[in-house]
Amino acid sequence: MLTVSSLTLSRGERILFRDLNLTLASGEAVVLTGANGAGKTSLLRAVAGFIRPDAGAIAFADADPGEARARHLHWLGHLDGLKGARRARDELAFQARWQGADADGIAAAIALLALAPLLDLEVRQLSAGQRRRLAFARLVAAPRPIWLLDEPFSPLDARWREAIGLLMRSHLDRGGAVLAAVHDPLPIAARAVDLGAGR
Amino acid sequence: MFGLANPDRFMRFTRPLTPVLWALAAGLLAVGVWLSFVAPEDYQQGDTVRIMFVHVPAASVGLMIYAALGVSSFFALVFRHPLADAAARAAALPGAAYTLLALVTGSLWGKPMWGAWWAWGDARLMSVLILFLFYVGYMALRASIDDEQKAARAAAVLGLVGLINLPIVKFSVDWWNTLHQPASLVRMGGPSMSDAFLAPLLTMMGAYGALFLALWVTAIRSEISRRRVMALRARKALEA
Amino acid sequence: MRALLVLWRRELALAWSGGGGPLLACGFFLCLTTLIPLAAGGDPAALKPVAGGIAWVALAVSSILSLERLFERDLEDGALDLIALGLAPLELVVIAKAKAQWLAVGAPLALVAPLAAITLGLPPMLAPLVGLTALIGGLGFALTGALGAALALGSKRGGLLIAVVVLPLFIPPVVFGAGALERAASGLSPAPAGAFLVAWVLFAAVVAPFAGAAAIRNAQG
Repeated sequence: MLTVSSLTLSRGERILFRDLNLTLASGEAVVLTGANGAGKTSLLRAVAGFIRPDAGAIAFADADPGEARARHLHWLGHLDGLKGARRARDELAFQARWQGADADGIAAAIALLALAPLLDLEVRQLSAGQRRRLAFARLVAAPRPIWLLDEPFSPLDARWREAIGLLMRSHLDRGGAVLAAVHDPLPIAARAVDLGAGR
Repeated sequence: MFGLANPDRFMRFTRPLTPVLWALAAGLLAVGVWLSFVAPEDYQQGDTVRIMFVHVPAASVGLMIYAALGVSSFFALVFRHPLADAAARAAALPGAAYTLLALVTGSLWGKPMWGAWWAWGDARLMSVLILFLFYVGYMALRASIDDEQKAARAAAVLGLVGLINLPIVKFSVDWWNTLHQPASLVRMGGPSMSDAFLAPLLTMMGAYGALFLALWVTAIRSEISRRRVMALRARKALEA
Repeated sequence: MRALLVLWRRELALAWSGGGGPLLACGFFLCLTTLIPLAAGGDPAALKPVAGGIAWVALAVSSILSLERLFERDLEDGALDLIALGLAPLELVVIAKAKAQWLAVGAPLALVAPLAAITLGLPPMLAPLVGLTALIGGLGFALTGALGAALALGSKRGGLLIAVVVLPLFIPPVVFGAGALERAASGLSPAPAGAFLVAWVLFAAVVAPFAGAAAIRNAQG
């Protein structure tokens, strides 16, 4: 699904890594490991198209990068992207629909992530874990094959980590793929790619 | 021109060129100043016409430099030409300086004529002022963003947008002038340009241009050197 | 496009709710149009010829107020990353945000501007013209302002920097808008000036999305 070839990436004057090769196949989960500053987030952001690599190529099967980024990628970074003053229901609707979800998808996401009691609250009234679940909802609501996750579990407790692990599992079973940067192990089986010691 | 895209080739090409440019600038400046003093007095403006020999070339060259900045920005944006950004950045301060010089000398020149330090109705002076504002905006943007690469790219966008907008802003000021033509405003530059005036004017323009080129090439060279030093340091740190 | 509609509605909701909404812009505008005559001595004969001009300067400056918020908040809380991966390209996002800004700030200002202009001495029958030109100009201010906001993303001095970058670009609409009012006040046709104003807005509508999108991509890094 995703092929990264000979990627060289630098941040400012610092070269993060050189000639990195990575493939992500359908139904596969890959974790990026490495110390802080090794470039995990940067690699994810390069795949998402936010950063331009110094050298190398990022190619997606069945679509050119522009279209792939508009339609085939989900991004969940450190930040939730939720506006505090808005109602949870409205923010979820925006985020999901922006990625192409329909009403059924949104309803399914609400059910799977037990968001129903939270919907009428304002986002700023939610806990960090609840916000993370709310942000995760768009991944479930709008079907897109590749999930790019950067520290997806940080504010979640063990119970929810497991639950989301199940959601990931079903995503993989349906032919999707997951590329994640994590410090703790993923709740599902995954191949590891180490980016090194970092600085 | 694309042959010079390679920094090494640029450095090699400009190494003998730079002292020549400085010498040319110094020479032209000397000749220009001499011609300015030797030129006859203007029957209307007397001796103060000599300020024109500083003011007019400064305004013209200031404008040309902005064009250079805009074009460099275009190459930086579209072709990601490695030297283009260095060129744009190096052009900003000299361009702003020339434009400021034009403003100050314009004001000095105008005072005897207008009786005031500034005349809002003078179309050319207004255009120079607006050009100065464009320079200030460009430099402010560049200076306000910490990340160098991001600052460079944002500035390139602004440089290009500025270049496109400049004719439109100039047009709007000219149009405004047709609405508010102040009475009895002596047009700067005098009724006609006799040959005696043309020589010092063109020489000074050439001098300013040569001076800018000398400054520009020198600044780009030092920017390339600086980046090389940074890259070397980064490589050493990676190997360490 | 469905997705853009959702974005646009959200932008409107955000603009009208939190600080920086229409109230702020109108309040600021009224402060300016009060301050200037106070500073200039309040003589109606002196103010009348420049009434349109004062109104337009106040419009231009008031339009800059809430620009900082336009993209910066999305960059800060990570929403910009999500927006970049949506169905609609960033160029259209810039237009959608500019339109929302226009409705939230430009339109209210266009309603208040005629009142201020009349107090400054413009003939009351010109009030509709003031409102119309302010509305059209407001769209241009929003578009160019959005470009400025995108350029200033990630900088240290957002609001002030946007002003310095954007105000020179605001010279044409101020000149054309004030010029139209002045011509009308003298009994001449405001149409040529109005046409220039419209032309400038169209020009801004073409330049701002592309330049703004480039600036956003740059800031995302």
